[in-house]
Amino acid sequence: MMMIRIGIAVAVAACLALGLAVPWIKTTVIVGVCYALAALGVTVLLRAGQISFGHAMYAIIAGYTVGFLARAFPQLDGLVLIFAGTLSSLLAGAVIGLFVVRYRGIFFGMLNLAISMVLYSLASKLFDITGGSDGLRITRPALLGYEFERAGFESAMLVLTLVCALVLGWWVQRYFKSAAGEALAGVKTNETRLEYLGLSTYRILWNGYVLSAGLVGLSGSLFAVVQGLVTPELGYWLRSGEFVFIAILGGASHVLGAFLGTFVFECVRLVAAAFLTGVWQMLLGITLIVVILTAPSGIAGLLRLHTIRVARQTA
Amino acid sequence: MNPLVRTEALKLAFGGVVAADGIDFVLHEGERLAVIGANGAGKTTFINICTGFLKPTSGKVYFDGRDVTNLVPREIVRLGLGRSFQLPQLFLDHTVRQCLELAAAGRSNKLGWFAPLSAVVNAGEVDHALELVGMRERANDPASTLPEGQRKLLDVAMALMLKPKLLIMDEPTSGVASEDKHELMATVMRALEERKVTSWFVEHDVDIVSRYATRVAAWIAGKIAADGPPAQVMASPQVRREVLGIS
Repeated sequence: MMMIRIGIAVAVAACLALGLAVPWIKTTVIVGVCYALAALGVTVLLRAGQISFGHAMYAIIAGYTVGFLARAFPQLDGLVLIFAGTLSSLLAGAVIGLFVVRYRGIFFGMLNLAISMVLYSLASKLFDITGGSDGLRITRPALLGYEFERAGFESAMLVLTLVCALVLGWWVQRYFKSAAGEALAGVKTNETRLEYLGLSTYRILWNGYVLSAGLVGLSGSLFAVVQGLVTPELGYWLRSGEFVFIAILGGASHVLGAFLGTFVFECVRLVAAAFLTGVWQMLLGITLIVVILTAPSGIAGLLRLHTIRVARQTA
Repeated sequence: MNPLVRTEALKLAFGGVVAADGIDFVLHEGERLAVIGANGAGKTTFINICTGFLKPTSGKVYFDGRDVTNLVPREIVRLGLGRSFQLPQLFLDHTVRQCLELAAAGRSNKLGWFAPLSAVVNAGEVDHALELVGMRERANDPASTLPEGQRKLLDVAMALMLKPKLLIMDEPTSGVASEDKHELMATVMRALEERKVTSWFVEHDVDIVSRYATRVAAWIAGKIAADGPPAQVMASPQVRREVLGIS
């Protein structure tokens, strides 16, 4: 546990130091943490044995909510925009979840994908409302009443994103170990027994679904505010696939999996884009194959096994 | 004694196969009922109807005086009916202790989002359940590592954590080595007696039935062919011929 805490402190300090010392990296770090938050949302469902191939829809819902509100009420604070975006994704998750959590496996995954593609098409085609493929520009908002220049705004957003990641990472890990979180993991292994314990698997999975939608929505809100732009690409199925990729790469046994998965994903993508231009997806694919073959429970699962082994040796 | 389970003209057919053929049945509080019958006689189907897993084509099911015919399993469980399965239904990724803790949390139906699972249930109660089924030393082992006999016991223990009025056990000794069957049943019966739980179990082993049941019901082709004290039912020529295979 102490090692995990030290590791997290070092990672956060490194992100802050790197972001503040090398200005161009700030946005990269923020976007990376946004990816990790979205992957964390997908990880929540992964614990219930479900994979959504359309969860980027909650990023687009939150992103466009931020875009519409910023356009209608330019004086709105950035924090209010982020909160409103996240709230919209939670509400959308609550409504869509009522329907999709009745399904399991491939049906669950494909239904989410289908709904996300409908939203993507609407965002692309309703040009007069959404700006089509050009998207909506978002004027840089004030944060807690302070009007920042670009550099100051990015620094403030870096801190805000890291705080969100820390607080939510801690809370979601508590959720994983709580009665609701353990029951969610029970959906993966035995729904029949859950029902015969007097528990509603529908309700348990719906709760998890809404939480996952909120996490992806928060990532979409932060992304929209920091980029100053929201486009339909934010909800495209490839984006959903990347979230799933990271969640599987990182593993679902601990929230750290989503963050470690993002780190590895971004490193591989960066290296591949630099040295294997044009076939960088191949390197990502090979990485995933290697992880699935050598560590089916992902990076977090590998670390967990290592921790258990060390604990047994020292006992 | 109060009737705990009562069924009226219960019918269910799967295509041309009649699994429950107008069953009228009563189980009273305090009874230990053994249900016997050949494979496919409709024993498990009857359990599935009474626990809400299957809906009958016609007829009614009452539990503790309440019509439960159209309720789903979790609603019937909340009224005080526990169930264990022929294939133990465990959370294989969880430890033995966590399985029992989840069962205890299920009883309260309050699944908190923040406090650890172990903190919201009564640890003493979980320890007692572990003691009762002799699994204290395996408390922190994953349920997936248990042998079949212990899986059956854990399945029963999880159902007992709900403090049911009635526990229905579907073949509690199937898949268990014959030399371990009596020990398993003795452990289960001790736990049921301590908690004063009425029980109903499906069983193929005549020794187990004779030793632990106070009443036996023999199922043949979706009907109750004989019902009464063990010695009387076992002596029935039809039961001897069609259920026990003794000519």
